[in-house]
Amino acid sequence: MRFSGLRVLKEGLTGNRGWTPHWRDPEPKSEYDILIIGGGGHGLSTAYYLARKHGLRNIAVLEKGYIGGGNVGRNTTIVRANYFLPGNSEFYSHSLKLWEGLEQDLNYNVMHSQRGIINLFHSDGQRDAAARRGNAMINQGDDAELLDRDGVRRFAPYLDFENLRFPIYGGLYHKRGGTARHDAVAWGYARGADSRGVDLIQNCEVTGIDIEGGAVQGVQTTRGAIRASKVGIVVAGRSSQVAAMAGMRLPVESHVLQAFVTEGLKPVVDQVITFGMGHFYISQSDKGGLVFGGDIDMYASYAARGNLPAVEHVMEAGMALMPMIGKAKVLRSWGGIMDMTPDGSPIIDRTGIEGLFLNCGWNYGGFKAVPASGDCFAHLMATGRPHPVATGFRLDRFRTGHGILDEEGTGAQHNLH
Amino acid sequence: MRITCPICGERDRREFYYRGAALDRPDPEAGQEAWDDYVYLRDNPAGRTRDLWYHDAGCGSWLVVERDTVSHAILNVALALDADA
Repeated sequence: MRFSGLRVLKEGLTGNRGWTPHWRDPEPKSEYDILIIGGGGHGLSTAYYLARKHGLRNIAVLEKGYIGGGNVGRNTTIVRANYFLPGNSEFYSHSLKLWEGLEQDLNYNVMHSQRGIINLFHSDGQRDAAARRGNAMINQGDDAELLDRDGVRRFAPYLDFENLRFPIYGGLYHKRGGTARHDAVAWGYARGADSRGVDLIQNCEVTGIDIEGGAVQGVQTTRGAIRASKVGIVVAGRSSQVAAMAGMRLPVESHVLQAFVTEGLKPVVDQVITFGMGHFYISQSDKGGLVFGGDIDMYASYAARGNLPAVEHVMEAGMALMPMIGKAKVLRSWGGIMDMTPDGSPIIDRTGIEGLFLNCGWNYGGFKAVPASGDCFAHLMATGRPHPVATGFRLDRFRTGHGILDEEGTGAQHNLH
Repeated sequence: MRITCPICGERDRREFYYRGAALDRPDPEAGQEAWDDYVYLRDNPAGRTRDLWYHDAGCGSWLVVERDTVSHAILNVALALDADA
């Protein structure tokens, strides 16, 4: 079933009775060529690109819950380029380009909205740093524009420009950045993979990984044993548990990151605004809710809900940045479990076990990486070689000390990212 | 989340700085594997864990906190000095 304007019109005129489910609900077979553990954004996009770019069909995605029920449905939907970090920046540039063609590629409306991202700065020194960051983004082939105070005011007149502690001096405007509807990204990739023959097996939790003679043979699941000579682990916050089934310990600590959404309001926040000094960022969903969040709670957690100090901190920062937000009622808050690495950068690599591959360590930047992560992981699993934009995401960089990708320039240490 | 400091009593989580898993520091000459293990690799359990917290806004003690990463329950707190960390 292809989506088109004509099809929407026809269905609208005939009672919308012609729509069919977007993917099948197959029983797991006893053997596949490739198994992907984890039916989140990264796992689904991996399966999709394995099928579309590498022509592989005999693939299953094993999801312990339901499609779209994990972190891909628990984020704040921001899509942007990255900067300053060779080995990392080109990966995110690649991802942003994939985002820009994603809806046509998937024939699915993921509501990708390049509404622009404005990173605010509050001093002359920060202005210099923003200019440098913008130049880096332009030099790597992405875009950036330095806005002065009036430039920011034109986009976002509701901000508190005269805040005593953090007066707004201007902002770095990344025009190609924006948001996408997170659920639709999961659904679009799921549909695209399914239509190419990939089996999406939901309610199927992996309970063991079978290894013989140093090579992976398959997995044990709550729906029986499944054999495969290639298995990819793409399970975000649960990476340590699944890797432990293969006898591995990972350089990963799982933390909770909270996010919040208000009741639906009329359009007011047209861009994504980031207030780095307050650890706060905000955008408005197409449904009208203000979607905002801050930093992680800063202790290891699997609770999928955070504590009140982080809530208070985020609300205070929001009030400092745009006092009008105090009139909006917070509807919901939630937590996602982030797979934090010591250097803040991800891992897309082989493991010491033949046929077992690992994709994890997305920290709090996983959503924008979904297309490139799947593309690069599929490339690695299909060809045995890392994708040219993901050669730096090696598992052994911590052990050897070579190629540490220090995302925030704080040092490669667990509690600093 | 509230942590009962053995010296100061029950205090708000905000008084404490989280350091990470409480592990035995290897010998300086223990080699690459041992140091990789200590600095980077983690059990990262979903459940009972032991980690180091610093009572930043209190007595300045390093604490070994046993807690549950799924329920956020604090199970035991001891001074790192006394704990077999």
